[in-house]
Amino acid sequence: MPKVTVDGIELDVPQGATVLQACEMAGKEIPRFCYHERLSIAGNCRMCLVEVSPGPPKPQASCALPASDGQIIRTDSPMVKKAREGVMEFLLINHPLDCPICDQGGECDLQDQAVAYGRGGSRFHENKRAVTEKYMGPIVKTIMTRCIQCTRCVRFAEEVAGVEDIGALYRGENMQITSYLERAVASELSGNVVDLCPVGALTSKPYAFEARPWELTKTLGIDMSDAVGTNVRIDSRGRQVLRVLPRVNDDVNEEWASDKTRHHVDGLIRRRLDRPYVRKDGQLVEASWAEAFEAIRAANAGASVAAIAGDMADCETMFAAKALVTALGGHLFEGRQTGLAYDVTSLSAVNFNTTIAEAENADVVLLVGTNLRWEAPLINTRVRKAVYKKGAKVFGIGPEIDLTYKVEWLGNDASLVAKLPKAALDALKGAERPMLIFGGGALSVPGVHGAGLALARSVNAVRDDWNGFNVVHFSAARMGALMLGYSQPGGINDVIAAKPKLAFFLGADDVDFAAFDGTLKVYVGHHGDKGAHAADVILPAAAWTEKDFTTVNTEGRVQRSDKAVFAPGDAREDWSIFRALADALGVSVGFDSFDECRAAMIAAVPELGIEGLVDYGWPKDFNDLPKLPARPEARKIPSPIKDFYLTNAICRASPTMQRCSDELLHGVDFAEAAE
Amino acid sequence: MLADKDRIFTNLYGFQPWNLKAAQARGDWDKTKDLMKRGQDAIIEEVKASGLRGRGGAGFPTGLKWSFMPKEPREDRPSFLVINADESEPGSCKDREIIRHDPHKLIEGALIAGYAMRARAAYIYIRGEFIREAETLFAAVQEAYDAGLLGKNAAESGYDFDVFVHRGAGAYICGEETAMIESLEGKKGQPRLKPPFPAGAGLYGCPTTVNNVESIAVVPTILRRGAAWFASFGRENNKGTKLFQISGHVERPCVVEEEMGISFRELIEKHCGGIRGGWDNLLAVIPGGSSVPLVPAAEIMDAPMDFDGLKALGSGLGTAAAIVMDKSTDVVQAISRISYFYKHESCGQCTPCREGTGWMWRVMERLRTGDATIDEIDTLFDVTKQVEGHTICALGDAAAWPIQGLIRHFRPELERRIRENGGMMEAAE
Amino acid sequence: MADAPNIPDEAEVRARWGAFAWTPENAEQAKVVIARYPAGRQRSAVMPLLDLAQRQVGAETNTQGWLPIPVIEYVAAQLDMPYIRAYEVATFYTMYNLAPVGRYHVQVCGTTPCMLRGSDDVMAACKNRGMVKGKTTPDGLFTLTEVECMGNCTNAPMVQINDDNYEDLDYDSMTRILDDLAAGNQPKTGTQNPKRHTSDPEGGPTTLTEMVSANHDYRKEW
Repeated sequence: MPKVTVDGIELDVPQGATVLQACEMAGKEIPRFCYHERLSIAGNCRMCLVEVSPGPPKPQASCALPASDGQIIRTDSPMVKKAREGVMEFLLINHPLDCPICDQGGECDLQDQAVAYGRGGSRFHENKRAVTEKYMGPIVKTIMTRCIQCTRCVRFAEEVAGVEDIGALYRGENMQITSYLERAVASELSGNVVDLCPVGALTSKPYAFEARPWELTKTLGIDMSDAVGTNVRIDSRGRQVLRVLPRVNDDVNEEWASDKTRHHVDGLIRRRLDRPYVRKDGQLVEASWAEAFEAIRAANAGASVAAIAGDMADCETMFAAKALVTALGGHLFEGRQTGLAYDVTSLSAVNFNTTIAEAENADVVLLVGTNLRWEAPLINTRVRKAVYKKGAKVFGIGPEIDLTYKVEWLGNDASLVAKLPKAALDALKGAERPMLIFGGGALSVPGVHGAGLALARSVNAVRDDWNGFNVVHFSAARMGALMLGYSQPGGINDVIAAKPKLAFFLGADDVDFAAFDGTLKVYVGHHGDKGAHAADVILPAAAWTEKDFTTVNTEGRVQRSDKAVFAPGDAREDWSIFRALADALGVSVGFDSFDECRAAMIAAVPELGIEGLVDYGWPKDFNDLPKLPARPEARKIPSPIKDFYLTNAICRASPTMQRCSDELLHGVDFAEAAE
Repeated sequence: MLADKDRIFTNLYGFQPWNLKAAQARGDWDKTKDLMKRGQDAIIEEVKASGLRGRGGAGFPTGLKWSFMPKEPREDRPSFLVINADESEPGSCKDREIIRHDPHKLIEGALIAGYAMRARAAYIYIRGEFIREAETLFAAVQEAYDAGLLGKNAAESGYDFDVFVHRGAGAYICGEETAMIESLEGKKGQPRLKPPFPAGAGLYGCPTTVNNVESIAVVPTILRRGAAWFASFGRENNKGTKLFQISGHVERPCVVEEEMGISFRELIEKHCGGIRGGWDNLLAVIPGGSSVPLVPAAEIMDAPMDFDGLKALGSGLGTAAAIVMDKSTDVVQAISRISYFYKHESCGQCTPCREGTGWMWRVMERLRTGDATIDEIDTLFDVTKQVEGHTICALGDAAAWPIQGLIRHFRPELERRIRENGGMMEAAE
Repeated sequence: MADAPNIPDEAEVRARWGAFAWTPENAEQAKVVIARYPAGRQRSAVMPLLDLAQRQVGAETNTQGWLPIPVIEYVAAQLDMPYIRAYEVATFYTMYNLAPVGRYHVQVCGTTPCMLRGSDDVMAACKNRGMVKGKTTPDGLFTLTEVECMGNCTNAPMVQINDDNYEDLDYDSMTRILDDLAAGNQPKTGTQNPKRHTSDPEGGPTTLTEMVSANHDYRKEW
């Protein structure tokens, strides 16, 4: 470990650390614009200059200089101060003075650093440079005159998103950042460049001119638009969520968020169910809570009750619904709305066991029936990292799609799982960290699950220090639902076959509702989407930003999310709906408050009480795994997602998601409209 | 004056053909195999002993540079020699003469240097605008291959070595060694951060040495005549012969090979017919290409033209490209035009250069007409100091120094223009 | 941005150049170029191939040539590189024309060494023929550009017209060269000073005089 001295403070730094990191370890703040921990080092902004001896008699860019033994680093010398002031002046001479109308205001690195290193006035008497705007798509708004050419966005697009669409054209003072031919950046991660941009050149288009950062209430949450469990910050003002930003969690999303995570929230104020409805004479009509409860009671369902959880259902909601159904004597619970019925006797056999963070250390990967880029964009970036940083080789079974890295496609045939081509099999067998990833689509084909487990065994994918067997779920509710017993051996078909008189649909919109003919369908949810249209009674509930909740992501990570805003109108938090309904139906659910509800849930499923990874207990011996059919038939694997941007009711109500879908997936041209 | 027999580039002016047959008649490719038989380390030692310093401008000892290359290159990480023929420094036009009139000196040098540093191949990066020159170079390389002097068992030495020619496409910055490597890899020519240095990770991430054309082309002759011969010319630490290029206001501009350390006066009198209008008419000289500060007449006249001699004057030898200005010169315009050059050639990567070169040029243009205030001269000087030493590569320094030289030596002229323009008032605000 | 090239309309360019493909000779040449670089490093060939493509466009349009977007994409696709990376290269280097140019691309060097020896006169000769910097003459014959140092400083001032240099110019010689080109004649290239051969001093070399008449071997004198 090299020993360095920073402003008189001696410290040991890890081998391979940069001088900038050494300074930070010494508690010295180093200003920077181009440097970013998760991107390659560009060293172009020159703001992080420090004085280093031994070395040339001029300041050094600390971001790019390796810390080495015996270095004496000064971050506070007159030379350093002068150098940074000089760089700051250069950055500002061509930067417009439009902070009052800039959306970056208040969270702008340039603004902040200018306070520390800027001059009082300008010595620049020439004309400022103006740069034309560049169209970058529905998410990213550009005001390129503000650009300081740090190239973070270029590096992000190339290195993380894997979409080489952004570049820097021309040279010298005419250098311009642009998307290729000013077309929309075709990435599901494009919104991250808004966060990365240290100035107001790239800002959020849907959020343009909505708010100033200091007006916003910031709430820590967990995104429910997919099963990654992206850690987010929910920024709200009054009763409205204005934006969602990723929070750093190296185990889950690093500091990225998909465009869906960020921008589906403008659907939260549209098509909301803000009062109860009851179907009368075939028409859904507004009702009071009492009328709605009465309609449910009047069904006299007895114990013939079921609960179906939708993709965004949280654990407390599912627990509360289960408590009510159980109190009524019912026992039908299912979360796999679309008919999946894979075996869940061992949850470790349907979990993403490698863990998201470890996925980037795999050296040979087999993807089976998963469009990882859509089903779990931030697991896809990990696999991409494995490919580019560790040289991992990726094989795929399924339709040939662009996952932003090279995949050797073996064919779209489920039976291949049981008879892998020799090259792929040998590669997996020879791998140090083989990783198998099965998508939800793959598990819909009988035999794939069993064949997958057999494959994991034959290629030794599970070892003492590595578990390479993974199922990637798309539904945020999935692992929590399975832990709470929302599964029937035959899946939702068991529920249909039981012909329940009463069924609760917890935000479930993708059910084949026609099969529930004869059932009183109670939709407990927040959006007027497919489930509400099919319902007989609608009980308006809270969306994920409007309640505290627990959720479990696809790797079995228990996470908690806080309530940012109140649900609109008469809508109520889900747990309280079931609590009140219990009274109306004359039963007891055993809790009177949210805290009691959560405590009861933890009492029932203790793992839900501990934030972090759940150990589902992968057996020591493969023979202890469930014996499953392992001969998948030769057929194509269906994809669970038809449209990345429109996967849930909030998305479908979101104008931003709608536009992303139209433009990025269906080629509708919006570019002209920008001017 | 250097004797003709001691000149290395005997076909400098192209009176005779460049082709292999003619080059061999002049002594090129003569028992190259025997030179190489001396062994790699012996060659490097000989070059070190000769005192040869890089001819591209920075003057780094050539033999020492070669010695940084790995002694045992790995199979998957071969070493490369990159020859910098991206001659774009205003004032410089020597590599062009070597390439179009004596290309085989360069190619033979490439083989020997490449062998000495254990490189697998050499890429000669020739500036794009040297179109006819590149045609000659491609043809000369082909001749060498056809004669068995390159490729497998090059020149029967038992060593396999390839020489490839790569044409640039118009970017001064590609003369910077890491920008050149980027450009060779098919990217924009933007300099890389150092460390890592090319000898550790250069072209394709492999160990690489970048040498100027002249540095490589003199090597065969140094080996043939011995380090002592080369070192017999010039002063201590400034050894050898050198191609000087004299442009601007001399009677007869030319390129000429002379002994290092020749006085400016002798150089001009012997080869250029004197200063236009006589020595009294000399205003200033930019002695080493556009990126070194100018030197006023009185200081340059009898100065020795070598690294240390010009460094002592606050300037530098650079590529030994003397741009001579007589008293008819608008010296502010001359430097302003250089400032425009650097603004035009800045790659745009790092802040001080991208923003500073444009700022400096615009202020220079106003100083040219006097449309400025006196304190803006100080501001400009300050701006050059904010660029200098703060950039990724040396282009920022190169853009700053000419202006610093102008202000240092011609401040009265700048002030005169401002006064005559009525700009005595302090800043307009 | 004052000196930004006026990129032609994309739809029109795609209609005209969308079907661009190498001529058989250039396809062969492209292979030769790519073979200069190690396997897997074919991206290194982007600059020579863009140049080759520009020349092919030039041959088809009887101009110096330029790089329409589909042509850049064609080259990028051949080298398996993202379009934006090839486009970055095309915009970075000055020798790639991003808009059509005339039959003759007249590139007058205006950097200090040429300026000191009269590049203004050379530029004046061009302007007096109706040429405007950055524009093509209405007859499509000449495009005028002021360029930075071309490395012919001891033969200043100079101009590069397509592939050839004309050196030691003055107003009259420049006018004569343009007249010759307009008339379809090939002027003498290189120095226009009858008393010089190349970069030797005017009136004959001061050194290496034996070389003027014979391929002298100086080794005898070592």
